[in-house]
Amino acid sequence: MAGRQFSESTDEILSLRPVEVRRYVTFTRINHWFTALCFILLMLSGFALFHPALFGLTALFGGGQTTRWLHPFIGIALSVSFLGMFVQLVHLNILRREDLVWTAQIGDVIAGHEERLPELGKYNFGQKSVFWGMFWLILALLISGIMMWYQYFPDLVSVETRRIAIFVHSVSAVLIVLVLILHIFAAVWTQGTLRAMTRGTVTGGWSWRHHRKWLRELARRQSSKPAE
Amino acid sequence: MNIPVTQATAATAVAAATDSPRTAVSNPPVQPMASNLGQAAVVRSSAGGPVAEQPTALTKVAKLIDISKCIGCKACQSACIEWNDTHPAIGENVGLYENPHDLTDQMFTLMRFAEYDNPDTGDFEWLIRKDGCMHCEDPGCLKACPAPGAIVQYSNGIVDFIHENCIGCGYCISGCPFDIPRMNPVEHKVYKCTLCSDRVAVGQGPACAKACPTQAITFGSKDDMTTLAAERIEDLKGRGYANAGLYDPQGVGGTHVMYVLQHADKPSLYNDLPDDPSISGVVANWKGATKPVGLAAVGLAAAGAAAMALFSRGNRVTVEDEREAQLLVRDEMDSVPGSTGRDV
Repeated sequence: MAGRQFSESTDEILSLRPVEVRRYVTFTRINHWFTALCFILLMLSGFALFHPALFGLTALFGGGQTTRWLHPFIGIALSVSFLGMFVQLVHLNILRREDLVWTAQIGDVIAGHEERLPELGKYNFGQKSVFWGMFWLILALLISGIMMWYQYFPDLVSVETRRIAIFVHSVSAVLIVLVLILHIFAAVWTQGTLRAMTRGTVTGGWSWRHHRKWLRELARRQSSKPAE
Repeated sequence: MNIPVTQATAATAVAAATDSPRTAVSNPPVQPMASNLGQAAVVRSSAGGPVAEQPTALTKVAKLIDISKCIGCKACQSACIEWNDTHPAIGENVGLYENPHDLTDQMFTLMRFAEYDNPDTGDFEWLIRKDGCMHCEDPGCLKACPAPGAIVQYSNGIVDFIHENCIGCGYCISGCPFDIPRMNPVEHKVYKCTLCSDRVAVGQGPACAKACPTQAITFGSKDDMTTLAAERIEDLKGRGYANAGLYDPQGVGGTHVMYVLQHADKPSLYNDLPDDPSISGVVANWKGATKPVGLAAVGLAAAGAAAMALFSRGNRVTVEDEREAQLLVRDEMDSVPGSTGRDV
């Protein structure tokens, strides 16, 4: 059996004609969508307290007091849920040499000339950037969020530090929403991607076009073992 | 003119109540009066809350605290507790005169005691500062607050918390340059000195000023209090306090609670009264550029992404791609040395 460098043990070619490949198992998909749900609730409640024009969003949560109370708990839920995603996905999101080439040729990516790009494993540099962007921003939001969680940590930091924490929290929140927009856009623009997170599978053509090294490794792994 | 004297007095009193009171010492008129500190007098409101279109023009008020006249009796604290009906917890003695040890959601004002060995005169000075909300002309709490109408400023200068709109986030605590507001941990609402807005609204001075036995606390129009302060400062200078002066910090646009300090060159002697307070740059940026720029960035990115997703062709997988995939999978499966077939 060939080694595993570009794929998860659960990734698998399910059929040959046409080729269909499993990209995410059910657990990962539930993990992803729970994180997404938390993200949307955090975004709505957070925006309500970020800009006065959006304060009306607090009505969705039962008023200002409830929004203020609920937001940090959803934040904790998201952090735990994202940690689950992180543990599952981190080793295939480490940057590699071909990511540099991909980045240098970002014009070809946008123009759709993927034949000019190096073969890629399970994730390209854009996907890895979303992954690490989410990771660092969630970390910043979690730490600054706990510092400003007045109900439970009123004396954790000084007033001066809390001012910085609130500022970091608001800037990080804007940045992570931008990352989210990029994440959704890329998933929609690159057609055939969404089903990886709904049904859990992608087509062979999609894998060949975008993640050939990944597909190649799965194929090699799944040829029957040589006779002893 | 046959108008009875009592009626004339009553008319004057009612008329006076439509503007700010000019003193805290006189007894109030006894007939009922309408409050003049309602929505009609709101000139600023947190997070874009409602302000009066043509606010009632009230004379700016100020409380002047003359530290050189304070004897540290805490009558002001008692009066504050009584008028505001607060219930500070019974404290414990840790060897300090402060009681309680800090401002709380139940204690809006606090005598802070500083012992100062004056190196110039060799005198030992007891600097007793009545701490509490300064009622800034440019209030950091109001700027930081995300809840519309939870913090308002009236045309007479009083900054007041409207508790029914407070959401308990504590941003005002971070916004305040003087570290004044305190969270009530049960209600999750923030409290501070109101400058007795509910007394001032009906022509009475603040409870603390009324109770002060030495008139170290006086109350009136800001102009009158500035004039009074100037007299006091001249007196103090004549008594050897060369640096006596008024504390009305311009970094926050001036305040509606002012101090006469014996050592106005060093406000920090008085239990860390800020030398030059202003709204923190961090808070100003957070509530300044970050809000509109952040919202615009998110809005533009979302609109741009939506437009591109709708109107551009996107990156599509072709029939050839599918065929190539089949070939690649077959070739790779067969290429493994010694392979006996496909494990699919």
